[in-house]
Amino acid sequence: MLIDVHVHFLHSLTPRRDWRARNESRIRAGERIGITWHVSSILGSWGLRSPIYFPSPADVTLANEEQRRIVTEHPHQVRGYVLVNPNYPDQVASEVARGAAGGMIGIKLAASRRADDPLLDRVAELAAEHRFPVLQHIWQHRRRDMPGQEASDAIELCRLAQRHPGVSFILAHIGGGGDWLQSLRAVRHMPNVLVDLSGSGVDGGMLEACAAAVGPERLLWGTDLTMDTGLAKLRYLAHLLPPAELDMVRHGNAVRIFPAGSFPEA
Amino acid sequence: MRIDVNTWVGGYPWRKVPGTAPGALLEAMDRTHVSRAWVSHLPSVFWRDPMEGNTWLHQVCEAERRFRAVPAIQPALPGWEADVKRAKELGAVAVRVDPMFHDIDPSGPAMRALVAASAKAGLPLMLAVRLEDGRQRHPLDVAAELPAAAVRTLLRSHPSARLVITHADRGFIEEVHFGSTADEAARVWWDISWVWGPPEDHLEHLIGAMGAARFLFGSGQPLRLPETPGARMELLDIEPDQRAAIEHLNAEALGG
Repeated sequence: MLIDVHVHFLHSLTPRRDWRARNESRIRAGERIGITWHVSSILGSWGLRSPIYFPSPADVTLANEEQRRIVTEHPHQVRGYVLVNPNYPDQVASEVARGAAGGMIGIKLAASRRADDPLLDRVAELAAEHRFPVLQHIWQHRRRDMPGQEASDAIELCRLAQRHPGVSFILAHIGGGGDWLQSLRAVRHMPNVLVDLSGSGVDGGMLEACAAAVGPERLLWGTDLTMDTGLAKLRYLAHLLPPAELDMVRHGNAVRIFPAGSFPEA
Repeated sequence: MRIDVNTWVGGYPWRKVPGTAPGALLEAMDRTHVSRAWVSHLPSVFWRDPMEGNTWLHQVCEAERRFRAVPAIQPALPGWEADVKRAKELGAVAVRVDPMFHDIDPSGPAMRALVAASAKAGLPLMLAVRLEDGRQRHPLDVAAELPAAAVRTLLRSHPSARLVITHADRGFIEEVHFGSTADEAARVWWDISWVWGPPEDHLEHLIGAMGAARFLFGSGQPLRLPETPGARMELLDIEPDQRAAIEHLNAEALGG
């Protein structure tokens, strides 16, 4: 089994006219790679009606509806995260409840509010109630504010994780840009933070550093926007790790942190 | 058969990188089914006189039949022309220049002179757009990325110049390709180390728009995972002749 914990699909209400082709490409590439489950989130209208990282309440709802639709279309291939914008606490609760009822299995936090902000405590409490892991968008070692997002870094995520030791937090795309060495130092001693290996970055030495920092039991395989780099990392991990540890990264760790029964054998 | 045109030996100053020795490169080549590698000397990029690394590089490549040397030239230093001549005599497959790291104008007189000299020697000239993702570089690693405008200028500067550009993304490649005449565009080759596959399918799009003849199999290892271009090719829907062109025929036609 191979579980991709960091996936995005597009939909018709985005700026992308090629949304259908991109979704089909992902499914097709996933079949070639051998992905059993794509765990996906949608970031609002991807900028069409509100900013990608600051989705309006209407776009949060739209994204979650579209996500549930895609799960329904691909019941044996796709699982979903509930997108939330913590700046709208009332909506957070209702979207998580609706998502849980609709079969979603985690919560996606993009970059609408810093990860250590008290507003995120309610999100973490809801995650604990549903036994959902939280996938947090991260800028590895943010040195300044980035335009278009209130990005968090690993240190800020760890502050939230420390306040909620019963929740599993996924540090997003270690290969997604920024100084991953700083992130790995930050998460080393935070047992409820797992590292998602996705992102376009395929730096030599990065996977060795990930394994050394948190061990194979806290690594999750993923692709995000570049599935070819995900496959390259998978191939390299097969060279780097013994089979039992590779299986943890491929699926064992994901099975452990997501709700029971999320990934029936295909 | 695969030829990786974008490999390095030697250490990197900005972070720990495994696999920088020639033996490690060979192991990675075996693992990824690469028959031959075009090899540059990584420390030279950061040296005041990068040509000081060429002797060792030639020795390494002479000792290993699967390696082809890509010695470095710094055309703002006196006497660099002799180093181009020596590269040719010693069987180099190309020469490389990293103007942004040497703080020289990437399309200025020194670079244009190097383009002319490498053309006269019959050697392709290799340039990298970048070595690492700009978002993660060391705070003191501040050399700018190679501008696409410089590549266009260099292509136009000599009618038989042949350029190999590594680490370029889709936007960069399209800007140069469609900002050049057909003759100019036919004299530049692009490695696929920084061109994404699915779901965005940039590589498939570029091959469809520009033809497979323009692309070379390249990894950027060991700074980047040796497995990357192979994975990229694995996920690509193209004809067998296109695949062969990218994986080795284009590189062979260039000389190695």
